[in-house]
Amino acid sequence: MSESSMLEKFEDKIKREVKIEPREWMPDAYRKTLVRQISQHAHSEIVGMLPEANWITRAPSMRRKVALLAKVQDEAGHGLYLYSAAETLGTSRKEMVDDLLSGKAKYSSIFNYPTITWADIGAIGWLVDGAAIMNQVPLCRTSYGPYARAMVRICKEESFHQRQGYEIMLTLAQGSEEQKAMAQDALDRWWWPSLMMFGPSDKDSKHSAQSMAWKIKRKSNDELRQNFVDATVPQARLIGLTIPDPDLKWNEERGSYDFGEIDWEEFWNVVKGNGPCNKQRLDARNKAHEEGRWVREAALAFAEKQAKRKSEKEQVA
Amino acid sequence: MRAYTSYEPLTEYVLRCADNTLVLGHRISEWCGHGPILEQDIALTNMALDLLGQSRMYLKYAAELLGHEETEDSVAFLRDAMQFRNSLLVEQPNGDFAHTIVRSLIFDSFHYFFSEQLIRSKDQQLADIAAKSLKEITYHRKFSSEWSIRLGDGTEESNRRMQTAIDDLWRYKGELLTPDEIDNEMKEKGIGVDLNLIAPSVDNYLSQVLSRANLQLPQDEFMQKGGKQGLHSEHLGYILAELQFMQRAYPGLNW
Ligand SMILES: [Fe+2]
Ligand SMILES: [Fe+2]
Ligand SMILES: [Fe+2]
Repeated sequence: MSESSMLEKFEDKIKREVKIEPREWMPDAYRKTLVRQISQHAHSEIVGMLPEANWITRAPSMRRKVALLAKVQDEAGHGLYLYSAAETLGTSRKEMVDDLLSGKAKYSSIFNYPTITWADIGAIGWLVDGAAIMNQVPLCRTSYGPYARAMVRICKEESFHQRQGYEIMLTLAQGSEEQKAMAQDALDRWWWPSLMMFGPSDKDSKHSAQSMAWKIKRKSNDELRQNFVDATVPQARLIGLTIPDPDLKWNEERGSYDFGEIDWEEFWNVVKGNGPCNKQRLDARNKAHEEGRWVREAALAFAEKQAKRKSEKEQVA
Repeated sequence: MRAYTSYEPLTEYVLRCADNTLVLGHRISEWCGHGPILEQDIALTNMALDLLGQSRMYLKYAAELLGHEETEDSVAFLRDAMQFRNSLLVEQPNGDFAHTIVRSLIFDSFHYFFSEQLIRSKDQQLADIAAKSLKEITYHRKFSSEWSIRLGDGTEESNRRMQTAIDDLWRYKGELLTPDEIDNEMKEKGIGVDLNLIAPSVDNYLSQVLSRANLQLPQDEFMQKGGKQGLHSEHLGYILAELQFMQRAYPGLNW
């Protein structure tokens, strides 16, 4: 088949909502876009473990400790499925991880903010996992089969995380003055970075249009951001917390909230590596990788010895 | 939490189980997000979760025995170091992955044979907790044994690191298997485990794993002790400073 007829076939599948599967022909740019997006998503899960793991040893109760540990473990699992999904496109996990460690690959900027108090664990679950769900539910219908299937599994867990985070915030908001202040402070710090999670505004988003056409992306950044604001504002009100945006108001006509301008300078600064924790996060990943090198080498050497022993045994038998 | 200077023997005994699993679970949870391989990060976190889950059952039982409205959280978060009853082994730092694996290998070998016996305890609650935990403990022992063999028989470097870890941590094995008055009293009552009975099984198991891993049993037989009587190393204070920070900084709140 000629390239143009393969392209035709591919585009027809996209049109008919038939999933693209690993061994099928696809345009190089489609493959590249997917590898970039899926690996970024995987890296985000892995780097995202760090700010939350920061509170595992200090969680305020046994119940919260176990729940947090299980949550961070889920994120590791998400990273694992996503690396596997990306590997079906012909890029190895090692290559992807090397790009993360060298700073070449990106991950979600939200994880470059610090977790300073316990309330940050509530805020992350509620807002960051909440924003992730907004982003990811449409991805359950993304055109690439393995990615879509990974997302279905991940979204179930993310919505559990979101409820758990909200419940932490609710408990704080109903608690002592100190606890309420802690919850409000966390919301104040995490609100705007959470809105930034949806990426640049549609007019400035360089990859969006093609991704929408290929049905990799199913909703635009601004659309998703609006959905998030509309879903989250009532949740904040319900527990007596104030969204830190003086311009926030209900727009009767649109049936949506109007909200203030995002500080895009801050956004690009964090993307470029100047967030409060960019260096710390990357250093932590590199340290784990370096310190784990001898373990990985040993595991490999042992596996090789085992295989050799096995084949020697078979030869004798 | 009241200022206890001593506990009833059964409470002592339950606290030893609660604190061994709590402190080891805490230590292993420090790996979360920093493991040498993603799959192993997940496996370590699993073990931390299992241990903390087991600890919660023991902590709740200890709280019940203490009365006075104690809870799993007051028992975990409001005792100071001298009131902790974990063995010295479990409070040792994670070190490199070899130290973590060897610490678990020694503890899991003990914990397996201990819990297998504890299932027969005349104390129904202890027997139930042991029965519920045994499957997890069996898996932990398998994990730490397999990794000991893999690393011991891996590269020259991994063998050297494992041998160092064994030499460093072996001195904490004795306390787990040497009965004191509390152990004896609990054994007499049919509640506790006969440590003299399980010691040969534990030693035998460990020497089998070490020999398959090309690792040497340390020659120096001197054993440190004191943890289970409340005499700890300097490490425990720092563990508690993290573990208890929130409950100490904000007393009496709901989280
Ligand atoms: Fe996730
Ligand atoms: Fe995610
Ligand atoms: Fe999540």
